[in-house]
Amino acid sequence: MSHEDWQIIGFSARMALLSTLLIWPPGVALAWWLARAQSRGKALVETLVSLPLVMPPVLTGLVLLELFGRNGPFGHWLHERFGVDVVFTWRAVALALAVMSLPLLVWAAKSAIEEVNPALEQMAHTLGAGRWRVFFTITLPLARRGLAAGTLLAFARALGEFGATITVAGNIPGRTTTLAVSIYEQIQLGHDVHAWRLAGVSLALAFAALWLGRRFQRKRP
Amino acid sequence: MSTGLTASFVRRFPNGPEIRVDSLRAAADSGVTVLFGPSGAGKTTILRCLAGLDWPGEGSIKFDGQTWFDPARKKFLPAQSRQVGFVPQDYALFPHLTVAANIAYGLRGRPMAERRARVVELTGWLGLGGLEHRRPGELSGGQQQRVALARAVARNPRLLLLDEPLSALDAPTRQRLRDELRRWLAELAVPALLVTHDRADALALGDRVVVVNAGRIEQTGVVEEVFNRPANLAVAHVVGAETVLPARVVGVADGLATVLVNETRLTALAGDLSDGAEAVHVCIRAEDVILVREAPSQTSARNRLPARVVSVQREGPLMRVELDCGFSLKALLTPQAAAEMNLRPGAMVMALIKAPQVHLICRSKPSSA
Repeated sequence: MSHEDWQIIGFSARMALLSTLLIWPPGVALAWWLARAQSRGKALVETLVSLPLVMPPVLTGLVLLELFGRNGPFGHWLHERFGVDVVFTWRAVALALAVMSLPLLVWAAKSAIEEVNPALEQMAHTLGAGRWRVFFTITLPLARRGLAAGTLLAFARALGEFGATITVAGNIPGRTTTLAVSIYEQIQLGHDVHAWRLAGVSLALAFAALWLGRRFQRKRP
Repeated sequence: MSTGLTASFVRRFPNGPEIRVDSLRAAADSGVTVLFGPSGAGKTTILRCLAGLDWPGEGSIKFDGQTWFDPARKKFLPAQSRQVGFVPQDYALFPHLTVAANIAYGLRGRPMAERRARVVELTGWLGLGGLEHRRPGELSGGQQQRVALARAVARNPRLLLLDEPLSALDAPTRQRLRDELRRWLAELAVPALLVTHDRADALALGDRVVVVNAGRIEQTGVVEEVFNRPANLAVAHVVGAETVLPARVVGVADGLATVLVNETRLTALAGDLSDGAEAVHVCIRAEDVILVREAPSQTSARNRLPARVVSVQREGPLMRVELDCGFSLKALLTPQAAAEMNLRPGAMVMALIKAPQVHLICRSKPSSA
């Protein structure tokens, strides 16, 4: 393993971690809303969030490129207001990973929250607890296994993301190259042995995340 | 002027039943009010509306002058601001918290020392000492019930709501906890509303009874009055045709208990009686009372009571006879039998009741026990 390889592995892990942290608060809040609220907009919101699961990742990347490019609505505003560019920077990597792994977190968190008996939340209300306290002391602790599993699943997904990342962030060595993108590049260059080495690291990381997730999901005896 | 709870409201379920509550009251001096009625009558919905967990469509709920619910004036006080203690049917203990943390959940914002002291006080009071660090899953049904009660009363609620507090328990535990619950509720001195479909629970725990049937409040009154004088046929059906009388146990021997109703002695089986019980309710079903003109020389009935007929009325296919035998007693018999005996007000008869058909329900335990 060369110095560049380690740099790529470290960068990928950092980006996956960052994107998971970024989506956690809004993702869990959204899951809570989908699980508990009685609103007509629910089906539409759920479909929108889930789209990246079924759309070609390249298409997701293209949509992000349009929205966050220098001429896109968000990209333009960010550039004018804060002087911040997104596309083809590490920010685009984090953004692509976040959008691609959000549905996995939301789905897992939603079903975990749905399994929490609403009668327990109601009891907490009668004991004087407001919404926030009920959420943090009852709902969240009781849904913790499903939430942990969903978090690890989202993290694993972010580690392996390719299509959206390369579309919106490109492949700039040392700046936006992730593990998955690097594997693709090595194959293109005919460096099969190098590609396999990186693939092994990727596989090990994915395996560890999923295995941990399973352990969290298993109930204590 | 208006103290305690005053509630009148209507809760309609889409394509379903309608629950209508008219002038339901519970005050500090009214003790335990039992909402009594068959399953599906709407009792639980009434409790949930009072707790703020369900919203009626119209009406109003007030407590000590504070409006809890009044859609006409856009007033909706949420559950967390009502200071109501709620003990649901399945107890709904927080499974991830210890017994102590469950009890202390409602004490947030108070100093740690005060919270600790309150938990110690309540666990001691309800006999939960030593269980503080267990989780609800490790407790028996009776213990869970007591934890649920402790949690509900920890923050000194203004109103206590109990939904079928004994129905999840097995029969022996139920019997024991019924006596204890009566004592606890009396010691709390908080107005309490208790839902049950069990007649024995209603008689043992209630000071007042509100009969709920098919989403309506049919009758409200003190226990003996409602059970002895049902306002209409629906109530009579719900409470059963029974004579219910307060009585005192004066002796227990050979499995038989002697109780005193006013000045009249009755013999009953002592089986249902817990040790040392003194105050009881005597329940006699009207169809278990046999009327004869002359006392037979030989009869297996332990209770032979000379009685005067007060009234004779038709009730469905039967005749309902009200008797005075030192207390008011009801009997049911066929119209033919009534005619043969020439029963009319003022006539003297003999009422025969077998000892096993005199049911005793404990009202209290003496403090020495």
